Amino acid sequence: MNKFGFNIATTRSINLDSANLSKSAALQELVPSYRYCIGCGACSATCSAASMTDFNIRQVHFKFSRGQYDGLVDELNKCMLCGKCVLVCPRGVNTRALIINMRKLLEE
Amino acid sequence: MFDLFVLPFCIGVLALLVISVVKYWLWISKFDGRQRVVVLRNMLSWKFLPAVWEAVRESLLHWRITKHNVILGYMHRSLAFGWFLLIVVGAVQAILACPDGHPFYVAIFFNYFEPRSPKVVPFAQAPLYAALMDALLLYVLSGLFLAMFKKIWSKPLGMKKTTKHNLTDRVTKAALWSIFPLRLLAEGATSANYHNGGFLVSAVGDLFTAMGFENPVFEYQLWLFYSLALGIFFSLMPFSRYMHIFTEVFLIYFRNLGVTEGHKKTGYSMFEMSACSRCGICIDNCPINRELDISNIQGVYLLQTVRNKDLWHRAEAIANNCMVCGRCSEECPVGVDLATIRRQVRTESNRSVDNPHGYGYLAKVHPFNAIGRVAYFGGCMSRLTPGITEAMEKIFQAAGQPYWYVDKEQSICCGRPLLQQGFIRQADSLRRKNQEMFAQSGATLLVTSCPICYQSFVKEYNLNIPVMHHTEYIKSLIADGRIKVSKGAQSVTYHDPCELGRGCGIYEPPRTVLKSVATLLPIKEEAGKSLCCGFNLGNTTLGVEQQALIRNAALDNLLAPSPDVVATACPMCKKAFARADRAPVMDVAELVAKQLV
Repeated sequence: MNKFGFNIATTRSINLDSANLSKSAALQELVPSYRYCIGCGACSATCSAASMTDFNIRQVHFKFSRGQYDGLVDELNKCMLCGKCVLVCPRGVNTRALIINMRKLLEE
Repeated sequence: MFDLFVLPFCIGVLALLVISVVKYWLWISKFDGRQRVVVLRNMLSWKFLPAVWEAVRESLLHWRITKHNVILGYMHRSLAFGWFLLIVVGAVQAILACPDGHPFYVAIFFNYFEPRSPKVVPFAQAPLYAALMDALLLYVLSGLFLAMFKKIWSKPLGMKKTTKHNLTDRVTKAALWSIFPLRLLAEGATSANYHNGGFLVSAVGDLFTAMGFENPVFEYQLWLFYSLALGIFFSLMPFSRYMHIFTEVFLIYFRNLGVTEGHKKTGYSMFEMSACSRCGICIDNCPINRELDISNIQGVYLLQTVRNKDLWHRAEAIANNCMVCGRCSEECPVGVDLATIRRQVRTESNRSVDNPHGYGYLAKVHPFNAIGRVAYFGGCMSRLTPGITEAMEKIFQAAGQPYWYVDKEQSICCGRPLLQQGFIRQADSLRRKNQEMFAQSGATLLVTSCPICYQSFVKEYNLNIPVMHHTEYIKSLIADGRIKVSKGAQSVTYHDPCELGRGCGIYEPPRTVLKSVATLLPIKEEAGKSLCCGFNLGNTTLGVEQQALIRNAALDNLLAPSPDVVATACPMCKKAFARADRAPVMDVAELVAKQLV
């Protein structure tokens, strides 16, 4: 159960040398603004889907960039592509393009 | 009445006929169920008449192009209408001159057979017809001269950038361009030998005589080249952009019957794509070309690539790099539904990931009870511009109108952003959810502040209550005297949101409302020609810096008469302009709320 959207994360480690970063690299090619993200979470804060579910686009972005692709498809399917996240992003990340392309890459 | 040189022409005509019939038959057989029903139901109705008129006006007289630029219109008209008359008058001439009947090609090569065949007899108006044919040839040649001039310098013909054509188109164009000069030369050479033809042809004949070209071999070669040019043009025509000549007539007919594009590419889409003459008027009108100098993604290139399976990747990239502002379609002389064809490509490209199963959570959003009230739908974007929704609440209260703010707590998107990217099934599941909630609510009217939602409700939804954009609603409140406003001292310019103006044709209500609360200043490019704010969700390719350049151009246009406030009627446009921080930006609703008395 989420309380106010916060809970204690379980300890985990990601070895970036052994992680499969191929999809992340492909996404970088497709959406150049991918790497501008500073993880501020403005996108998640404004998200329409996040007000009804625990969908967290910032988290999806984080996991994707570290090669942890499990379960992301189901998460991304919750997005309604309304585009508020694009307008609030202080770094000009094209989040809609990211979501569409992540979904396509995860499908491959 | 036969000579070997007529063969290339005859083969070309036969090839054109067979290929066109096969193509058209294939396309018509690929109409989807809905389109077939419309065609069958309206095929023999009175709708045929406006189609005939439009075909004459557009395919022959090129009225829309003339409105774009008079010289450009003349150029197209002289080539299309001129050639058409040349064929018709030529056919009549051959019928009058050959009372015993004649093979069809005699009309085309009349001047060659006239002095040679005993079957061609002089008739009373023969000199008149010869002069008429020469006048028509001169008319066509004047258009050809302009076309050549346009190749060197297109600006006087109203075009800054012209289309880059592929090889087939260029070869076909070369054949087309050589047809008419070759005809003049061939008829002139015959005139040098037999002294026939009208004022133009006999003048060329006299010139040949003076130059000593009274030579049957020379004459024969010219007729052969003329026939070859015709043959090459006709046989390449079905594979080139010149297929638009006949296809446009079919398109006009189907469109007048009421056929529209669907989510998927059908045979009708093939008619639309092939009716594009690749004139390139869409290029100059595109804000992406104007501000970013990207001139390879406009409608003309979309239609060119989407037909070619090998270029599918290119078509996908082109389809995504567009803001779908609709400025191109506004000026398109053929009226191709470019936005829908773009969406069809996106649909095809995203089909495998179009999965609506992620929206299970929507079941938890409960229906609301708004019996007898107005349902107010702010839209997702309005949540980023709370000034608009606050103003609307204030206006509802001032009018004493009970309302229900549908998406105050939890907002379900209307589905149009998904639809624009080609996620048809996902968009549909959002549409069904919203539609069900509106139907159960008992509301009497749906008012929305977002033009994207508005277009979605009007065009995609099947609602049992009327829908109004808030500018229309405020206009009706003022007209009915339910709210009173005072005219403020400030001056405003109005930005037409793409989705509201070109998308839904709502130009007048926001202007009427603005005139009652402020002084509305005219701007250079407004209404149908209004510029996109740049942040339209339609585009998933451009970066923020590029979008900002497009926005700045729109702002330059809006700020030219130095208004106190820039007014708009779309939360997204407002957000885009406000970020530039160059002038105060207010929604029509905010201006009205401020001037309430």
